Amino acid sequence: MSDTATRRPGESVFDRLEPLLPQVQKPIQYVGGELGAVTKQWDGAAVRWALMYPDAYEVGQPNQGVQILYEVLNEQDDVLAERTYSVWPDLEALLREHRVPQFTVDAHRPVGDFDLFGVSFSTELGYTNLLTALDLAGIPLHAADRDDSHPIVLAGGHAAFNPEPIADFLDAAVLGDGEEAVLEITDIVRAFKAEGSPGGRDELLLRLARTESVYVPRFYDVEYLPDGRIQRIVPNRPDVPFRVHKRTTMDLDAWPYPKKPLVPLAETVHERYAVEIFRGCTRGCRFCQAGMITRPVRERSITTIGDMVENGLKESGFNEVGLLSLSSADHSEIGAVTHGLADRYQGSNVSLSLPSTRVDAFNVELAEELARNGRRTGLTFAPEGGSERIRKVINKMVTEEDLIRTVVTAYSGGWRQVKLYFMCGLPTETDDDVLQIARLAHEVITTGRQTTGSRDIRCTVSIGGFVPKPHTPFQWAAMADPETIDRRLKALRDAINSNRSLGRAIGYRYHDGRPSHIEGLLSRGDRRVGRVIEHVWRDGGRFDGWSEHFSYDRWVAACDAELPALGVSLAWYTTRERQQAEVLPWDHLDSGLDSDWLWADWQDALSEVEQDDCRWTPCFDCGVCPAMDTEIQIGPTGRKLLPLTPVNT
Amino acid sequence: MQKIRIRYAKRGRLAFTSHRDFARALERAMRRAAVPIAYSSGFSPHPKISYASAAPTGVASEAEYFEVGLQAPVDPEWLRGSLDAALPPGLDILEAVEARTSDFADRLSGSHWVLRLPGVPDSTAEAAVAAFLAADEVPVERTTKSGRRTMDARSPVVRLAVTQRVPAVGEPGGEVGNTTPAPAAGGVDGPCAILDLVVRHVTPSVRPDDVLAGLRVVAELAPPVPPKVTRLAQGTLTGPGEIIDPLVADRDRAVSGTPST
Repeated sequence: MSDTATRRPGESVFDRLEPLLPQVQKPIQYVGGELGAVTKQWDGAAVRWALMYPDAYEVGQPNQGVQILYEVLNEQDDVLAERTYSVWPDLEALLREHRVPQFTVDAHRPVGDFDLFGVSFSTELGYTNLLTALDLAGIPLHAADRDDSHPIVLAGGHAAFNPEPIADFLDAAVLGDGEEAVLEITDIVRAFKAEGSPGGRDELLLRLARTESVYVPRFYDVEYLPDGRIQRIVPNRPDVPFRVHKRTTMDLDAWPYPKKPLVPLAETVHERYAVEIFRGCTRGCRFCQAGMITRPVRERSITTIGDMVENGLKESGFNEVGLLSLSSADHSEIGAVTHGLADRYQGSNVSLSLPSTRVDAFNVELAEELARNGRRTGLTFAPEGGSERIRKVINKMVTEEDLIRTVVTAYSGGWRQVKLYFMCGLPTETDDDVLQIARLAHEVITTGRQTTGSRDIRCTVSIGGFVPKPHTPFQWAAMADPETIDRRLKALRDAINSNRSLGRAIGYRYHDGRPSHIEGLLSRGDRRVGRVIEHVWRDGGRFDGWSEHFSYDRWVAACDAELPALGVSLAWYTTRERQQAEVLPWDHLDSGLDSDWLWADWQDALSEVEQDDCRWTPCFDCGVCPAMDTEIQIGPTGRKLLPLTPVNT
Repeated sequence: MQKIRIRYAKRGRLAFTSHRDFARALERAMRRAAVPIAYSSGFSPHPKISYASAAPTGVASEAEYFEVGLQAPVDPEWLRGSLDAALPPGLDILEAVEARTSDFADRLSGSHWVLRLPGVPDSTAEAAVAAFLAADEVPVERTTKSGRRTMDARSPVVRLAVTQRVPAVGEPGGEVGNTTPAPAAGGVDGPCAILDLVVRHVTPSVRPDDVLAGLRVVAELAPPVPPKVTRLAQGTLTGPGEIIDPLVADRDRAVSGTPST
């Protein structure tokens, strides 16, 4: 929709954007200019990437995936990478009215001018925002309608492990770690352009597909059975692989990013320097897609972590550090890491935190160590299931005793408030499994009061709807319908408040089951769901991850309009249990996990049989290490973190 | 405790920085530059920085001020240079002077603004300005946290005129700015009236957008695109509408060697 007549490619649209900014909310989010941002000459660049996180700047800016790729790409002399985020509906309306295209925040260049438009999806609820961005950029929504003048539209992130619902809108998707993948793709595009782009868009996509690690949906045909199930998914060209494999960056010490973190001017959801201390997880929680698709475990060494924290604080000026991973206390040298950092930053104004820890008294010790500076950020634990039985089903191996002991240790250590996360709608769940959460919370407060002798303690119960995800043992499971979820959530609230004295000390946060239901459609959907997404978007659907924008009715109406003609429905995608023989929409996308192992684990779940952590016990043949030619990398290295002089004494 | 008073500018696209955004950026810049900043005591220590009447979000400025308390004395010029280097271009630290007086806030009694109105011919602007100045009172409405309120946009206006160019340093108006702000928004062709405005600080403050609202009230002046506003100076307002650099008093004390307060 941009006026291309007089414009040079890559020319800034800021002069047209600027008069619109005083008319919108939080204009600072659109102007860029953050510390750490890079602006390069358009003309000198051989390959140009526009990177997007498809949500508002305040959510997208802190995303590490985008920040890492931005830095890795811009380190290449002849590569230019800029960032773009979803614009709020107020600016979207003005951009349309004044014919200003989707722009990057770095140099305000039109997204449609770039060679590649890479979009990182952490959640499926960003799909409608992809369509907004494509449309504002003047890029045809459907990949089939694009020509050589349009960027290659490429998806990454966890949701790219099943990109089928947005397959019509994508040229390609990349599974797994991005650091090396973006460089490899850049090399292919650079060489292709240097040769004069022989064969055009189709040839470029073919070259990408031949790497076997870039998925190009148009090169695969999906055939369906009369009952709506998929019959098969096959390449429609001879030199395209049957399966596309995920990428794994093995040596995290060789990729110590972000080195120059982007420091926002606008307020964002996480304003801290975050270091990923390891990737992958071996705990085997059956609901956890991240834990499954990021295997194997790869630890960053204690010395690299220490250097990254030191340098990251110096570069950014942040006064908060997060040590990130899927289960942060599981790093084999976590004790030495936390002790070393606590020593180093004692007496400074730097606060350290360890999000994502298991329900384990050891983790309270670690948190106490990190809180030596006096700041006690919240303690959060995720038992996920209320009853012992359901925790066996999901393989979250925590006993009630563990949980009570851990929480009481926290109260005794001076924490006044502890947050507990649970899920509702898990496979085999009954009303009683959910009501057990109330009993557990009551027990936590009762024991806490007895042990500390104080009534000034609280716990918050947060509960979200379970969504079965591809590449997990629950990928075959039926979702509970939203009515059942809502009924259980209300019953739980009543049960918590049934004892007024205890109920007063317990906070209760929940979302209704409807957004999860739609997330369920988008997670396990196939190419036919693309019509629903487009219908919702055309009907005004935007920012579906935001409760104030999400409309369940709009999604249901779109499903009712688009799916019956295809012989399927919203319920068919969500509340239907799959059989082992069914071809799943993502079966041609290889996460390394062996399908038979996943099925066996699903059967174990139904029989309430737990599976141990393969970090400490022999291999259970999930398939990742041999299939991907990788291996678990854990310490200890025996190295120590030396206390340095604090940055700011 | 040493206290240093600083003048800074918000320029170009960073004019869209809100006061809160600037405060966070500044605190981070202090840490990056290893400034020995003083903190309040207590459970959640805060850096000792106090800000004076910040320009609204979206308004550029050549004359914003804050004062910072330090644990250990530093050379003000070192502080200016290191903070400027640590902040993104567009948030520019212009001057740093050791505080030697106690009435700084009182000295900020007026502001000099320049308003660019793309698409508005000079003659239209002149007629509106004449009507505005002829009125005894120009009631305008503004939405505040406590709801809609009406205020008089006329009485605090000390000077309002259509000008052909932006006054530079040392000219009548007493600007302390050392750069002439960028010209009107590119891409908008045609006329662009420039208003020169001096306003006395009152409570609640009357800002350029209130004066623009006043011009709409008296003469239906409705610029086709949002005006671009820059604060050129803040300081002590003299009778004829000149602004005296508020840091002069601290500099004079430094020269005469009076100990700090």
